[in-house]
Amino acid sequence: MTAFFQSLGMSHDWAWFVSTICGILLIALPLLLGVAMIIYADRKIWAAMALRRGPNVVGPFGLLQSFADGLKVFLQETIIPSAANKGIFLIAPVVTFTVALMAWAVIPFNSGAILSDINVGLLYVLAISSLGVYGTIMAGWASNSKYPFFSAMRASAQMISYEVSIGFILICVVLWAGTFNLNDIVKAQEGHVLGIFNGFAFNPLLFPMWVMFLISGMAETQRAPFDLTEAESELVAGYQTEYSSMAFAAYWLGEYANVLLMCALNATLFFGGWLPPLDIPILYLVPGFIWFLLKVLFFFFVFSWVKATVPRYRYDQLMRLGWKVFLPVSLLFVVIVSGYLMATGHFA
Amino acid sequence: MIHVFAFYLFAVITIASAVTTITARNPVHSVLWLILAFFNAAGLMVLTGAEFIAMLLVIVYVGAVAVLFLFVVMMLDIDFAELRAGFVKNFPLGLLVAIVLLAEMVLGIGAYRAGAMDLGTPDGAAATPAGASNIEAIGGLLYSRYLFLFEAAGIILLVAMIGAIVLTHRQRSDTRGQKISKQIMRRPDEATVNVKPEVGKGVQL
Repeated sequence: MTAFFQSLGMSHDWAWFVSTICGILLIALPLLLGVAMIIYADRKIWAAMALRRGPNVVGPFGLLQSFADGLKVFLQETIIPSAANKGIFLIAPVVTFTVALMAWAVIPFNSGAILSDINVGLLYVLAISSLGVYGTIMAGWASNSKYPFFSAMRASAQMISYEVSIGFILICVVLWAGTFNLNDIVKAQEGHVLGIFNGFAFNPLLFPMWVMFLISGMAETQRAPFDLTEAESELVAGYQTEYSSMAFAAYWLGEYANVLLMCALNATLFFGGWLPPLDIPILYLVPGFIWFLLKVLFFFFVFSWVKATVPRYRYDQLMRLGWKVFLPVSLLFVVIVSGYLMATGHFA
Repeated sequence: MIHVFAFYLFAVITIASAVTTITARNPVHSVLWLILAFFNAAGLMVLTGAEFIAMLLVIVYVGAVAVLFLFVVMMLDIDFAELRAGFVKNFPLGLLVAIVLLAEMVLGIGAYRAGAMDLGTPDGAAATPAGASNIEAIGGLLYSRYLFLFEAAGIILLVAMIGAIVLTHRQRSDTRGQKISKQIMRRPDEATVNVKPEVGKGVQL
C-alpha cells in the first residue's frame, strides 16, 4: 500500500504513514463491526442451546440488537463512584479496549495481508495479551469497592498462570515452524501432515497442544467456564461492577475482541490461518481471507458452545488445572517435540 | 523523520514517567508510572532494532513482574506521614546509592565507547549482524559462546524457585484436599447402594 500512496506523489515517509493509518482503520473498523455481530451470534447460539429464541426483535432476526444496546449505553450517564480514584477509573476501560485492538496488528488475514509483518510477531501477541490484565487490575483497584478488587486479584493470578503454559505451547509450534513470524508459521503448515492436511493440529504430536491452547485461551480471555472474574453469583459483576455507560461498553467490546483474537490465534497457529484445510489446488480458488474468517467463526462457535454447556470452575480447580496439569504436560511436550525434531533431523 | 519523532516521543515519556514514579504521592500511581516507563523503554529498544529484547521486556517485566508488584503495593497499608518522616533519615543512603549508580553508568558507557567489547559498535548501529534476525543472533550467542553462563543462570533461578517453595510450603494435616483422580475413578455402582430397610430399623452406611 505504501507504493500506491507513493505513486500519488507522496514522499516515502508520508506514504508509509498514510498507508499504515489506512491499514489500522481497515482492521479496526471491520473488527468493531464484527465484535458487534459476534455478540449477537454469541447470544443466539447460547439461546439456541438453552432452547430459547434469543434476541429477535430489533431488526430482521434481531440482527441490530447489538447496535441498539450500544446506543442505549451511549445515552446513559457515566457514573463515577465518589470514592473511586477518578483518573485510573476512567483510564482502565480505555486500556482494555486499546490492548484488545493492538494485538491484531500482526495477525495475517491473507497471504501478505498483514499490518505489521515483524519477526517477533508471536512474541508481540504474547506481550500485548499480557498487558490485557492491567485494564482489569486498574478497574478493580480504582473502583475502591470489595468485589471489583477480588475480581482483579483473581484475574491477574489467572492470566499469569495460564500465560506460562501458553508460552510452552507456543514454543512447540515455533520449534516446528522455525520462526516467530505469524505469516511464516502459516506457510510452514502447508501440507504439514501427509502432504494433504494444512495445519499443525492434524499432527499427532501437536494435537494435544492445540486442545490445551484452546482451553488456556478460554482461561486467558476469562470466558466461561473460567469466567471467575465476573462470577455473578459471587462477585456481582466483578471488576465491571461500578462501571456504567460507554466505559462498560468498552469492557464489553474489549472482551469480545480478545475472544476473537484467541479464535484467530487458534486458526493461525494450529489450523493453517488463511490456507484451506486441505492442500488441494481447487480449494485455493477460494480467497484465503474467506478461509481465515470461516476458521475464526468456527472457533468462536466452539467458545460459545463451551460457554453454553460447561458449568463454571471453582477457583482452586482453575489454579490446579493451570499449574498441576497444563504446565507439566506442556513442558513434557516441549521435550518430546524438540526431541522428535532433533531425531528426525528437522533442524539440520 | 518518523524515527526521530518516535524516538523523542518514547524518550520524553520514559523520562517523564520515571520522574513521576519517584514523585507520585500514591504508591499505586508510582507503579503504574513505572509500567509506562518500562513500556516506553521497550519502544526505544524497538527503534534501535533490538525487537526481541523489547518484547521480552514487555512480557517479563510489564506482563508478569510489574503485575505482582502492583498487587503487593495495592495490598500494602502504607502510612504516608511515616514515609515522609523517613525521607530525611534515609537521604544520605539514597544519595550514596545514586552516586554509585551514576559512577557505574559513566564507567559502563566509557568502557563501551572504548570499544573493548565486541557486543556492537560504540555508536549503537548495526548491533546485529546484517541478514540475521535478532532472535537467531541472540540464540546463536546464548547457546554457543555463553552456554555455561546461560545454563548457570538457569540453575540459579531454579534453585531460587525451589528454595522459595521449600521455605513457604507447609504440610497441614488438619485439612482434606480434593483428590481429583479418586473422584474421577469413582463409578456409580461403588458410590451408591440400594437397600430395602425394614420399617422402623435404621440403615448401616
